[in-house]
Amino acid sequence: MTDILFKNAKLVDPEAGTVTTGAVAVSDGRISGIITDGSDLPEARETVDCNRKHLAPGIIDIGVKVCEPGERHKESFGSAGLAAAAGGVTTMVTRPDTDPAIDNPETLEFVIRRAREAAPVNVLPIAALTKGRLGREMTEIGFLLDAGAVAFTDCDNVVTDHKVFGRALSYARSLGALVLGHPQDPGLSAGAAATSGKFASLRGLPAVSPMAERMGLDRDIAMIEMTGARYHADQITAARALPPLERAKANGFDITAGTSIHHLTLNALDVADYRTFFKIKPPLRDEEDRLAMAEAVQSGLIDVISSMHTPQDEESKRLPFEAAASGAVALETLLPAAMRLFHADQIDLPTLWRAMSLNPAKRLGLDSGRLAVGAPADLVVFDPHAPFVMDRATLQSKSRNTPFDGARMQGKVLQTFVAGHSVYQRS
Amino acid sequence: MTFTHRHLLGIEHLRAEEIVTLLDLAEDYVTLNRADVKHGDALAGLTQINMFFENSTRTQASFELAGKRLGADVMNMAMQASSISKGETLIDTAMTLNAMHPDLLVVRHPHSGAVDLLAQKVNCAVLNAGDGRHEHPTQALLDALTIRRAKGRLHRLNIAICGDIAHSRVARSNIILLGKMENRIRLIGPPTLMPSGIAEFGCEVYDDMAQGLQDVDVVMMLRLQRERMDGGFIPSEREYYHRYGLDADKLAHAKPDAIVMHPGPMNRGVEIDGTLADDINRSVIQDQVEMGVAVRMAAMDLLARNQRALRGAA
Repeated sequence: MTDILFKNAKLVDPEAGTVTTGAVAVSDGRISGIITDGSDLPEARETVDCNRKHLAPGIIDIGVKVCEPGERHKESFGSAGLAAAAGGVTTMVTRPDTDPAIDNPETLEFVIRRAREAAPVNVLPIAALTKGRLGREMTEIGFLLDAGAVAFTDCDNVVTDHKVFGRALSYARSLGALVLGHPQDPGLSAGAAATSGKFASLRGLPAVSPMAERMGLDRDIAMIEMTGARYHADQITAARALPPLERAKANGFDITAGTSIHHLTLNALDVADYRTFFKIKPPLRDEEDRLAMAEAVQSGLIDVISSMHTPQDEESKRLPFEAAASGAVALETLLPAAMRLFHADQIDLPTLWRAMSLNPAKRLGLDSGRLAVGAPADLVVFDPHAPFVMDRATLQSKSRNTPFDGARMQGKVLQTFVAGHSVYQRS
Repeated sequence: MTFTHRHLLGIEHLRAEEIVTLLDLAEDYVTLNRADVKHGDALAGLTQINMFFENSTRTQASFELAGKRLGADVMNMAMQASSISKGETLIDTAMTLNAMHPDLLVVRHPHSGAVDLLAQKVNCAVLNAGDGRHEHPTQALLDALTIRRAKGRLHRLNIAICGDIAHSRVARSNIILLGKMENRIRLIGPPTLMPSGIAEFGCEVYDDMAQGLQDVDVVMMLRLQRERMDGGFIPSEREYYHRYGLDADKLAHAKPDAIVMHPGPMNRGVEIDGTLADDINRSVIQDQVEMGVAVRMAAMDLLARNQRALRGAA
């Protein structure tokens, strides 16, 4: 017998690229039936009437920073998990840029245990590519894979030694491991707090040209060609980086690319009078770049949208812009921010879910991210039209450094399910 | 009175008529400063604290003198040597000082935007005495007063700003002020010392002094900010002097009555020829220093009036 029946829903199917009215049946934590032809609905122990709201696969967010170990006052697995559930994120793929870095199997086991104890959503950890994220020696990639790492990255510490990076990529390839790169020339971007241009000059902020991203990507593509590695660029944010990405894909390299929700919905001018909640890495770009990113997601050139959730406490943000820490929390604002792109007719709903759910699942070899029989019942019910004014005091995250505080948004998560269990219900 | 601000954080926030109001008042203070008895009472009973997070002799002395001549109780704090080195944050320092009820806070800080941040946290008037590469509004105002007195007007002039534009808050404030007053601005310097996107500021950009100085009324030289450079912006100081240092030959391209300005402190033989800097027929550099005190008196006077009005209304 069916455990839960979601009826009267608009089903967002990223695989088929459709939004259709219908029902979804769930048994034993997995999707057991999808009914869109108006035929009889199965008997169920529990029925969720979606009231013609949208039902989609839960978001799979690659690149979430949970500050365990090291800075639990900023974010713990418990608080991040609640934030994820409230944001419709059913799988957090967590970053290793903690203190200490997640660079050995023992630390990774700690993280997995903490996640299991405290987080109501799925947690898949990424491990560091080099020890201490210092770019000198590769980590125990084999042991880390065995312990549950789903990918490897040094996050925003670019491995500058080409030999070290090349060896790590080759070794990872032999194990079939995915490596996440941060395309950026660290020499050019050293000390930068903004993207170069009129605004940065007017504000007198140290700035970096978006060309630094293109140079970083060019380097990484050459390394992929040399090693045949499986590679995912964590964030492409500059229009100038798109042509090399397109060529690399056309050449058949095993490369995918992501971008952040902030680079899709904000631009450099949003910094206004030195608002440090808008300081992120890479820095916000020009409006032309933002539009180019939205177009690249719609066309499929950019595969993945991430929150790049980065909690920072008030003390690290209440500083002069140059001295303030980078990063923004986004687990809870990812979906409503993405709805801006939908309402602006820049990216349609199935494409958004391809980038937030299906493609991340495919890239990580997961069977979730789909609205298909047999897939895990990781689901989100949401209303893309519901308006609200974002109030950061309502966030579940321990840190509330969101650039959307006070912003008018549209799109509310109503309910979130992980393996058929409700993990969030809007009150 | 058309000057409605609580703080003086940058020229960006001022309207043209507010700039004129301030300069007109400063003229009165030029007269006062030249009198035998140099005392006004516009700031009598008020407390002025100068917080300099970056070394400064000239600007700090100018603000101190301006405050004292108007009757304020002035306190100087050398922030580099104090609690900052003990790890206290800018905001904590500001809150601590705020609790002592100052009326005017004069702040210089090495980070762009730091003075804006501080102004949000205190309830007295804040004057920006230079923040990072962002703005230095009283410098632009004193330059404007100097130009107006030398040229008889502050509009429709050809003004060249030369040298290290990229690292200069003086250049930014001047570009904004002189643009608001409808002058033609030329920026001259090596491309490595030009900020990005500078052409969008409505300036003409030159990398050649002879071309750029052609027929200008005002030549503003900037100090080569060696302390802000992390290396490699120019090949050497001698090559810089050869190509961009102002000497009589290069100045010959400007109008015969063009004036020469420099915000100081000068690197003689790097951006300007020493003899030219001292030439009282061309150089108004000493006038700039004099106008500095008057402009700062005017700025603090106006802010104090607005503060009284605000407190009276509350």
